[in-house]
Amino acid sequence: MKPTKDLIKRRKRWDAIFAVCGLFALMIGVLTFAALFVDMALDGFGRVSWDFFTTFPSRRAGEAGILSAWVGSTLVMLTTAFFAVPLGVAAGVYLEEYAAKNWITDVIEINITNLAGVPSIVYGLLALGLFVYQFGLGQSILAAGLTLALLILPVVIVATREAIRSIPQVIREGSYAVGATQWQTVRYHILPYSLAGILTGVIIGMARAIGETAPIITIGALTFIAFLPPAPLQAEPPFVSFEWLFSPFTVMPIQMFNWTSRPEAAFQSNAAAAGFVLVIMTLAMNGLAIWLRYRLRRNIKW
Amino acid sequence: MSAVPGQSTLMDVTMQGQRLARRRARVIRERLIELVLFLAALVSVFTTVGIVYVLVKESVVFFGEVPIVKFLTDTQWTPLFDDAHFGIMVLLSGTLTSSAVALVIAIPLGTIIAIYLSEFAPFRLREVAKPFLEMLGGVPTIVYGYFALLFVTPLLQRIYPELPGFNLLAAGIVMGIMIIPYVSSISEDAMRAVPMALREGSYAMGATRFQTATRVVVPAAFSGIASAYILGISRAVGETMILAVAAGMQPNLTFNPLEPAATITAYIVQVALGDLPHGSIGYQTIFAAGLTLMLFTLVCNIGGHMLRKSFREAY
Repeated sequence: MKPTKDLIKRRKRWDAIFAVCGLFALMIGVLTFAALFVDMALDGFGRVSWDFFTTFPSRRAGEAGILSAWVGSTLVMLTTAFFAVPLGVAAGVYLEEYAAKNWITDVIEINITNLAGVPSIVYGLLALGLFVYQFGLGQSILAAGLTLALLILPVVIVATREAIRSIPQVIREGSYAVGATQWQTVRYHILPYSLAGILTGVIIGMARAIGETAPIITIGALTFIAFLPPAPLQAEPPFVSFEWLFSPFTVMPIQMFNWTSRPEAAFQSNAAAAGFVLVIMTLAMNGLAIWLRYRLRRNIKW
Repeated sequence: MSAVPGQSTLMDVTMQGQRLARRRARVIRERLIELVLFLAALVSVFTTVGIVYVLVKESVVFFGEVPIVKFLTDTQWTPLFDDAHFGIMVLLSGTLTSSAVALVIAIPLGTIIAIYLSEFAPFRLREVAKPFLEMLGGVPTIVYGYFALLFVTPLLQRIYPELPGFNLLAAGIVMGIMIIPYVSSISEDAMRAVPMALREGSYAMGATRFQTATRVVVPAAFSGIASAYILGISRAVGETMILAVAAGMQPNLTFNPLEPAATITAYIVQVALGDLPHGSIGYQTIFAAGLTLMLFTLVCNIGGHMLRKSFREAY
């Protein structure tokens, strides 16, 4: 009896040891994140002020701000969303609702899986060769927006497909039974019911795009920009101008990279401040997506 | 639907014609919409074709000037000097060393976290930990680069004072922590997909949690865990900004993580930051470097696919 008891005790001890290991491993992640956040907040928080958001970068660290960077990031994100959302949702709808089971569908699916694993800098090379030189778009907001749109396309497609797949078949059958066409079914049933799931995917994709640095550096975005792109709304007719699409630009991560790679400590606290703003932005977007998904899971009752 | 059966009035004929025309318009519209959606789905194929086309086109020009044997065997990488050497080994050594450091961190920790969350952790903890890990994976890599350069390197220098300001070790460690969420979340999904009956069988035989986890659940989920590792590897190999910021951009043929070195990705960033004329040999090197990177990740993906196939367990 004694040896068995000992054996059980020993085995149980391994359970306890592993549970501690697991918690410890998890803590490494938590602590790293805490260290990263606190370190950056300590270094950069003194620089975050109204002026920091409303001034251009400067040679003097104390006067430099992120105006051109956040405006650039916003415009690039708008362009990205404009291309990635319709394309991604349309591709997702096609693959779930229309696609026949044949080799073309297989090729498309394998492609999407593979593209999700391609390093982001390779997208930068694609954009440099194709958008910047072949299509002659230059180092513009349009070229950057298109690049990031291709980059997050797999994320949007996968999210759309998952959202659509969770809609029960009964909904489609009901729609067809009252005489709706396939498109009417998609338009009035499938899309509205999968909207929250799609939105979650789009937000996660955009959070990834806003932090991407490598592909945008590769297309040759400038690091020092002390002007804003032309305004999209104008006083004279035709009031709306798309000149900003072709303007040179910089974005938040590039501005941060530029400041990080300077040796002076003053610029590094600018980098910390820009990083702080960037992290808050991505955390807010990811948090929103997680919250949306949580609500979605709770509210759905088919 | 005529008033008298078998006879159709003029009005009926026009109505039927209208209805047919409407139906034809509807069919055409449906087909058109399907075509548009299909074209959207094809964009992913065009993207792949575009990537291969651009990389191969510029690389062909490059390999016209630099023999491929030289590219693979030369031990120097000085493409922008007068005495130009193009030995990709130099950049590859940086990539391999930093990836190795990252994977030594990410694979054990990621696996332990996955097993813990899937088999040990209470429900509440899992509900908090999963979104948190997701957020950790969502932090921009440039921020991790800043952290590696200005926090981790000084920390390591306290332990080992001779460590240079730029080094592969700090970059690799931070990269590893960045990859943990990718490894852990996919591995955990794979483990949770293992049917409960397998665990119940194991418990019924008197196995403990730890025994069940390591001898039943992990082997059963191995194909999924393998694809998590493969994803981790391709993340590490393709990571750019952490290395560009924290590992220095000096080409250096070394497998010592304590030294500074450039990776394939860091070299592309370095060239892109300068002002290289379109069509020069320097411009073409980044496409040859990119092609190498792409082939490397492709080999990883194919290897992972084969691994998954041979270990796949169907329930």
